[in-house]
Amino acid sequence: MFNHLLLDIDASTIDWSRAQFALTAIYHWLFVPLTLGLAVIMGIMETCYYRTKDEFWKQTAKFWQKLFGINFAMGVATGIILEFEFGTNWSNYSWFVGDIFGAPLAVEGIVAFFMESTFVAVMYFGWKKVSPGFHLASTWLTGLGATISAWWILVANAWMQYPVGCEFNPDTMRNEMVSFAEVALSPFAVSKFCHTVTSAWIIGAVFCVGVCCWYLLKKRETKMALESMKIGAAVGLAAALLTGVTGHKSGMDVAEVQPMKLAAMEALYDGGTEQGLKIVEGIEIPYGLSLMATNDPHGFVPGINDILNGYTTADGKTEISVDEKIERGKKAIAALSGYRAAKFASSDDGSIAAAHLKVLKENMPYFGYGYIKDKNAMIPPVAINFWAFRVMVGMGCLFILFFAVVLAGAYQFPKALWKKRDITALPAWHYWVAIALIPLAYIASESGWLVAEFGRQPWTIQDMLPTWASVSDIQSSSIIITFFLFLILFTTMLAVEINIMLNQIKKGPQL
Amino acid sequence: MTYTFLQHYWCFVVSLLGAILVFLLFVQGANSVARSLGYTEEGRRLVYNSTGRKWEFTFTTLVTFGGAFFASFPLFYSTSFGGAYWLWMLILFTFVLQAVSYEFQNKLGNILGPRTFQFFLTLNGILGPLLLGGAVATFFEGSNFIVEKNNLIDAGAITPIISRWANASHGLDALLNPWVLVFGFAVVFLARVLGILYVMNNVDDEDIRSRGSMRLIGAAVPFLVLFVAYLVHLLLKDGFAYNDEGIIYMEPNKYLTNLLEMWYLLAILLTGIVLVLYGILRTISSKNYFGGIWPAGIGTVLTVLALLLCSAWNHTAYYPSTADLQSSLTLENSCSSEFTLTTMFYVSLLVPFVLAYIVHAWHAIDKKKLTKDELQGDDHAY
Repeated sequence: MFNHLLLDIDASTIDWSRAQFALTAIYHWLFVPLTLGLAVIMGIMETCYYRTKDEFWKQTAKFWQKLFGINFAMGVATGIILEFEFGTNWSNYSWFVGDIFGAPLAVEGIVAFFMESTFVAVMYFGWKKVSPGFHLASTWLTGLGATISAWWILVANAWMQYPVGCEFNPDTMRNEMVSFAEVALSPFAVSKFCHTVTSAWIIGAVFCVGVCCWYLLKKRETKMALESMKIGAAVGLAAALLTGVTGHKSGMDVAEVQPMKLAAMEALYDGGTEQGLKIVEGIEIPYGLSLMATNDPHGFVPGINDILNGYTTADGKTEISVDEKIERGKKAIAALSGYRAAKFASSDDGSIAAAHLKVLKENMPYFGYGYIKDKNAMIPPVAINFWAFRVMVGMGCLFILFFAVVLAGAYQFPKALWKKRDITALPAWHYWVAIALIPLAYIASESGWLVAEFGRQPWTIQDMLPTWASVSDIQSSSIIITFFLFLILFTTMLAVEINIMLNQIKKGPQL
Repeated sequence: MTYTFLQHYWCFVVSLLGAILVFLLFVQGANSVARSLGYTEEGRRLVYNSTGRKWEFTFTTLVTFGGAFFASFPLFYSTSFGGAYWLWMLILFTFVLQAVSYEFQNKLGNILGPRTFQFFLTLNGILGPLLLGGAVATFFEGSNFIVEKNNLIDAGAITPIISRWANASHGLDALLNPWVLVFGFAVVFLARVLGILYVMNNVDDEDIRSRGSMRLIGAAVPFLVLFVAYLVHLLLKDGFAYNDEGIIYMEPNKYLTNLLEMWYLLAILLTGIVLVLYGILRTISSKNYFGGIWPAGIGTVLTVLALLLCSAWNHTAYYPSTADLQSSLTLENSCSSEFTLTTMFYVSLLVPFVLAYIVHAWHAIDKKKLTKDELQGDDHAY
């Protein structure tokens, strides 16, 4: 009855919806990784206080907790918008997969977010009100809550990259969950969580070491700076190494379930076996891409053209072309239409509906392709993926080296190398380099998200639902207004936060 | 567990979260009167620090309310949030302003100045309850939307969207309905009542407590007038009912009928109202009684819970459409699958455990009342 009332929104609604979500997600990810990273660092510091009862550790922990607190509120504020934007800007998505996607968000709220928000209050205000053991537990539980929160959010995001544990129900016209375990413990989600959280620890560690270096530069708070630096660098080195390992696993996952994303990350148009990994265009590590994608230097990696036109892997598995997928997707949609018509027709004894259902099931894996008008729309932005991936990996390698050097310096290991050098009295440029790495860590981390999200385009849910079938029916003018409102609000608040943070650092701990 | 039981169970859980959220709006209510309740700069700081130790509970409950609604009734999430875009965006906007205001307002380096953030807290304190109350009122008054699932199979469409708002205002039209405003302002004044009661209980300060009693009268009277007016309107108005085939129709005095047929909801509603009145009246009449937040808070939870359940149980369309009656959302036509509701049922069994540690942590922080002296020695004070 109302079919044709709804379809008058313009294409810019889709682009502005994407832009608004990207804006919120990018800002959100400026604050969350510092929360996750500092939670570990200040937890270790407070544990030192609990074990030694040394007032120095208490004041050190309180100092980092203060910086944590300044950052925490903005993470919370931007997070709530992300959750509700699934409804406000992606309402069709919310219906089509809400049966699956809503569950992790609800579990996050019940299990993680309450833990985080309850114990953060004890951490801030409980120093004189609860026992040291309760306070220490609260500090760790704040971090644990934030980490569990990240788990469920990344489960939800991983499901968008690799939808599992669900089936389409033609009667309700949506996908429905059939296995919570498959959704919650998807291998893609496990890799994503490990990779993302360890990369967040890097940001916490770089921030910690950078701030310590500023104190060393100013020749202030030397003891606090040195001891904090030891903890920060140890956490950072462990995190950077773990990020490398989990990154490799994530790369293999992407190669398996999102080959187009991998091809875009490598700007690989024509694939094959024994593919090299490009450092930049023209320079490559032989066999590197095959090894990264398949754990085999001779492994087959499809390129963008292979995926568009169809290909056969080395083990004989055939992947049909995008044109065929579009045809089968259209068949699925037509079968669904036929099924619904037959179901509500009094003349059908059930046989026509059953026949349509059979066709629908045969073609259901390609349902989302039925909404694709042009196969070239399947290609994600190659340049962004290519360079963002290189920035992320390059910076990750740099951080391994950086933390190793800082840790060696802080512990003066090996002694022969450091005997004439004191890490608390190095030439100024050393400290400036460490401070300059703070924004670079953020750029690396955001680059990771650019790869993850741009690489999935044009899908909101990989192979299931494209962006233009996911949006809400809102005029683009409304979204443009909210986009700029959020841009102004977030940018202003970020400026305020940075200024407060700098003032707090200048003020220093109360040792 | 039957599918119908699970639908009603999840309606109960979401309604309970909504009811707790309304109670926790005492944070907004207190912030909206902080200027007159605190009176001096020092007094205002006490008020902000008192609510500042609880704002995260309100925020978290709002997030969990949204998440639980999404998981259990995704068609509501899709239809209301995507349709009433501006209403929800304004709510979010005010809550974002609130989230940062506590931490930033008195910090060194706050380039916007403390008054900017205090203004944000006041803005959130008024607009937050007003808009949330308005959103709840649409559960009884109806909204202007259309749902057509068959749009998904229109492969020729540019965007096969199943639900839309039937006018260009995207939710702001709700505020043109006077009854939505009556209910919204009732929530604003209820939040103020609760906020004043909370601060009087949480802050050990003679001046604030004596001013609180006076301010309480100023908030309680308009609240009671507006609430009673809306309640009478609700009991007399036609409601959105549906039959066993899912056909939605208007039924005279539907909500009155619901309360009479579900006598336990009527009992909960009346108990809630009595508790709220008791909390208010005893605080006003007794100079030494500062625990009014507890009976009034429990009463608020019971009252809102009963009203929300009255909007959805007993074959009632909980999110009615005024544009197309048959697009109205019911528990049956908008809920998640049986599998998801069952899975989430087991997750919800964690809620008592969560409540237990919240109570423990709340008690640990609040067992000693907040004083001006404590603020001076607290390096995390707002």
